[in-house]
Amino acid sequence: MRDAFVRALLREFAVNDRVVIITGDLGFGVLKPFWEQYPDRIINAGIAEQGMVGMAAGLAATGRTVFVYSIGNFPTIRPLEQIRNDCAYHGADVKIVCVGGGFVYGSLGMSHHATEDIPVLRAMPGVTCFAPGDPAETEAAVPEMMKIRGTCYLRLGRGNERAVHTDDISGADIMKAMTLRAGTDTALLSTGGILTETYDAAEMLAARGISAEVVSFPCFKPIDRDKLLELSRRFDLIVTAEEGNVTGGFGSAVCEVLAESGNGCRVRRIGLDDRYTSVVGNQKYLRGVYGMDAKAICDRTAAWLKG
Amino acid sequence: MDYEALTHAGFGGAPDVSDPKVLAWLIRRHGLEMSHLSRGSHIGSVFSVAEIIAVLYTGVLHVDPRDPKMPDRDRMILSKGHAGSAVYAALAERGFFPVEQLKTHYADGSILSGHVSHKGVPGVEVSTGSLGHGLPVATGMALGAKMDGETWRVYTVMGDGECDEGSVWEAALQANQFGLDNLIVTIDYNHMQSLFTVADTLALEPFEDKWRAFGWNVIRTDGHDTEALRAAYARACANRGTGHPTVIIADTVKGKGVSFMENDILWHYRTPQGEEYEAALKELEALRP
Repeated sequence: MRDAFVRALLREFAVNDRVVIITGDLGFGVLKPFWEQYPDRIINAGIAEQGMVGMAAGLAATGRTVFVYSIGNFPTIRPLEQIRNDCAYHGADVKIVCVGGGFVYGSLGMSHHATEDIPVLRAMPGVTCFAPGDPAETEAAVPEMMKIRGTCYLRLGRGNERAVHTDDISGADIMKAMTLRAGTDTALLSTGGILTETYDAAEMLAARGISAEVVSFPCFKPIDRDKLLELSRRFDLIVTAEEGNVTGGFGSAVCEVLAESGNGCRVRRIGLDDRYTSVVGNQKYLRGVYGMDAKAICDRTAAWLKG
Repeated sequence: MDYEALTHAGFGGAPDVSDPKVLAWLIRRHGLEMSHLSRGSHIGSVFSVAEIIAVLYTGVLHVDPRDPKMPDRDRMILSKGHAGSAVYAALAERGFFPVEQLKTHYADGSILSGHVSHKGVPGVEVSTGSLGHGLPVATGMALGAKMDGETWRVYTVMGDGECDEGSVWEAALQANQFGLDNLIVTIDYNHMQSLFTVADTLALEPFEDKWRAFGWNVIRTDGHDTEALRAAYARACANRGTGHPTVIIADTVKGKGVSFMENDILWHYRTPQGEEYEAALKELEALRP
């Protein structure tokens, strides 16, 4: 997703000289094309995220679209008040980009586990929030963010994720949920890079004779209500998966819509159960430890379907 | 008597608000009245920053009330947002919006919030209130102006207690790194903050040295002497080309102008009512230019 983001943003840079990127002293190698091709439009703010995001709001006030790039919690929770007051409240055209959503930097420890960004950013009025599920969704999210003349959040995974979408989605509406696999027994919903696990879980369920629909939500705010209402009419059980805290997160957003709909569909949420991580390991390992890898999603869904 | 007539009484006609001494006096007069009417706080901060704001809005800032969004205007951010009524008063007196509107400050449903707000208020660029936000945003604006080869400047007015915030020093590094000699910061150095003096909270001295060490041009001035302030801004503007931003450390007195408010932290919070209001008004009347 990281590389897909860079490709997509370079396309925007090529056609719009009012687009700039600020990095919080990160992106070694990754941002190299910007330094080489657009040295006047990439700024290193140093390891100073409050200054960086405030500066982004000021730069945006001079008629620019400003991408802010960092990893983990550094572009989100660290300068949260700058996102709230300086960016969102002022409608600043600032795009906060986090590389490493969830357990991407799993071995580095809790400080680098971005596990509360979905709840926290979702709570900010005026911030449109994206968490693409694969490289194709990432490439589609960037031009969509350019169309939104306001503050956005883009939660990315790492580099070299596998493609989940097999169809060309470049013309699809990335603000809407995307169905990757049709099903009849239950629906597995996810946002962000955990889509690979959700998709694989559906394959495992199929092997057990359970037909699971897989729906990706590359945009988690505003959430695609119509799709949720449609799903709630078709299924008795909806399972949500996210690589982060379930409290206030993507699953909560789904619950908010469905609880108010009165459709009476059961929802079960998979994610971090309101806790911090205390073990380290690679992303795949930690997904397993915390019950959100494909096998866990499969097993838990099968159990919930039984009753 | 309507609000404008009340606050302009004694001038024998329309006050000459192009005179910084007159405007500073009116900022205090409005500060007193707005705090009195609303039972709002921070009058001590409004009084300490009065001359700084008055000088900025009488010839230093290139702004036009008939065209508040003109592209080449100077940008001014009040980072110590709690002194918002000083900026509201200056903007109203300079014609950005009706003086009469000042009486709504703090009131239910008012757009003139206690901390300075840009929403629906012509002339205010940025809403602040949480400290340490103005300088980073100003840094971004100044950087954008540089990138575009624009000649306008960015001004921001901060408090001294505000310099406790780490974001101030992040931006201080960044502004110097990016060579923002189109950025002018003024610090209302009244030596008092929310509970104690600055020295007894997080001491800033040697304050000038700190900014110099961060690569800034430093100007020290009396923050209540309008001629000295005007000269300081002229020097700051002349720093364009140095490749370094400028900070004006303006020595002020919290509560300046009313004897019993001066250097008393109580007046960071207290609102003048009854005899205190009358006494303050009497002292201000004696200072009328």
